[in-house]
Amino acid sequence: MALYSEKVMEHFLQPRNVGVIENADGVGEVGNAKCGDIMKMYLKIDDDIITDVKFETFGCASAIASSSMATELIKGQRVEDAMKLTNKAVAEALDGLPAYKMHCSVLAEEAIQSALEDYNSKKIK
Amino acid sequence: MKIYADNAATTKMSDAAIETMTRYMKECFGNPSSLYTIGQKAKEELENARAEIARLINAEPREIIFTSGGSEADNQALLSAALLGKKKGKKHIISSAFEHHAILHTLNKLEKYGFEVTLLPVHENGIIVPDELEKAIREDTCLVTIMTANNEIGTIQPIEQIGETCKKHGVIFHTDAVQAVGHLHIDVKKQNIDMLSASAHKFHGPKGVGFLYAKKGIILSNLIEGGAQERSKRAGTENVPGIAAMTTALKEAVENMDKHNANMKEIRDYLIEGLSEIPHSALNGDAERRLAGNVNFSFEGIEGESILILLDQKGISASSGSACTSGALDPSHVLLSIGRIHDVAHGSLRLSIDEKIEKAEADYIISSVKEVVEHLRSFSPVWRDLTAGKKEFILK
Repeated sequence: MALYSEKVMEHFLQPRNVGVIENADGVGEVGNAKCGDIMKMYLKIDDDIITDVKFETFGCASAIASSSMATELIKGQRVEDAMKLTNKAVAEALDGLPAYKMHCSVLAEEAIQSALEDYNSKKIK
Repeated sequence: MKIYADNAATTKMSDAAIETMTRYMKECFGNPSSLYTIGQKAKEELENARAEIARLINAEPREIIFTSGGSEADNQALLSAALLGKKKGKKHIISSAFEHHAILHTLNKLEKYGFEVTLLPVHENGIIVPDELEKAIREDTCLVTIMTANNEIGTIQPIEQIGETCKKHGVIFHTDAVQAVGHLHIDVKKQNIDMLSASAHKFHGPKGVGFLYAKKGIILSNLIEGGAQERSKRAGTENVPGIAAMTTALKEAVENMDKHNANMKEIRDYLIEGLSEIPHSALNGDAERRLAGNVNFSFEGIEGESILILLDQKGISASSGSACTSGALDPSHVLLSIGRIHDVAHGSLRLSIDEKIEKAEADYIISSVKEVVEHLRSFSPVWRDLTAGKKEFILK
């Protein structure tokens, strides 16, 4: 059996929404280099709808694939719906992750949450 | 192009070793403990293999115990020496910080049994300093165990000097030579080695077989109790085809060693030169005093598992000291022991070539690694911060 599902490999080899959004409405960064995973998410939001999302990731194949999948899942969604994204949804959309790689999907969830919180805090201001 | 560059993990069996193995399976299937002709034939072949293995490391046949591999040999060597020490009231063991886990985990176990362990530093170049060993030896030191060559960064330890120091102080010297046997000249008498572990699959022999050399006079303790095989020191019907194939492989390796090493060294240095062109990268371990087949690099701003999987897509099999490859949280203890901090230890790549490597393959490896590193850096937030000057480069 291969280490990763075909879906993980697909998103690792051709990650969607890679890059940076200048003047993003929300930016979130989670993880640290010591542990070997860092994810950074950039959101463009109009009328509470996520119109664009980009990511940068330092990490293993499943971290990169999880970031890519998470961006796909929230693109075009309303902010309140995107807030409900779970790591389980990310992992399921990838047709599963090895047990010891589940933390990669958790990181993706946290990165999205962090970017959305950044957006919300800016909005309040 | 398909390139297997993970020979430190395991090697492909040589044709001659496969031929020996299958021939013995067909023609020499008897149990060496049986008294009839077929059994005694197997016994004879077993003893021939023992004599040959002994000759290849300049030991005596009775000093060789066949095991299931390097880990078993390491476990048995350490537990035996510890028990001998304990009988004399000596419960201090010296080792190094970057030993294989077969050593380190056994030492952890011994600590729980009341032994005290000193791990010598291996410094930035991955080589221990014999003077520091001598200073660490105490009245109650019963064992020094230092690997001959490191499995991750390939650095070669000053074994002969270590052996001399141990002899001077009357301390048993064991060396985990799993990466060295078949690749470096071993002479247990000249190098003053008291115990040595080896594994067949690291020199084109089969998996599941290895040996422990223990100098005459060192009483071994059993890990496996049962029948009287291996002078009652290792029970279980002997793996005669595996042992015979290991012997064929080792003979081949030793006879061709100088020729193979000369070729590999050239390609190794070519790879090091090529990979050094990648900015903010560094060779791990001493550039000269390392195995002819070992190249180990750290690349800043990216993570090792991603490198491996992308290289695999290009047909290159390699390995990494990244935590992600093992499921552990910490990166390789070897890279940490030579002072690489977590951030760059995660971004490591080990290429371990064999004697069949060609220059064109090395060119392909270099261009592939360059491409992969550049790709992963292109969307690494760490790399972005480094290049934007928000963070300082660790590898200049």
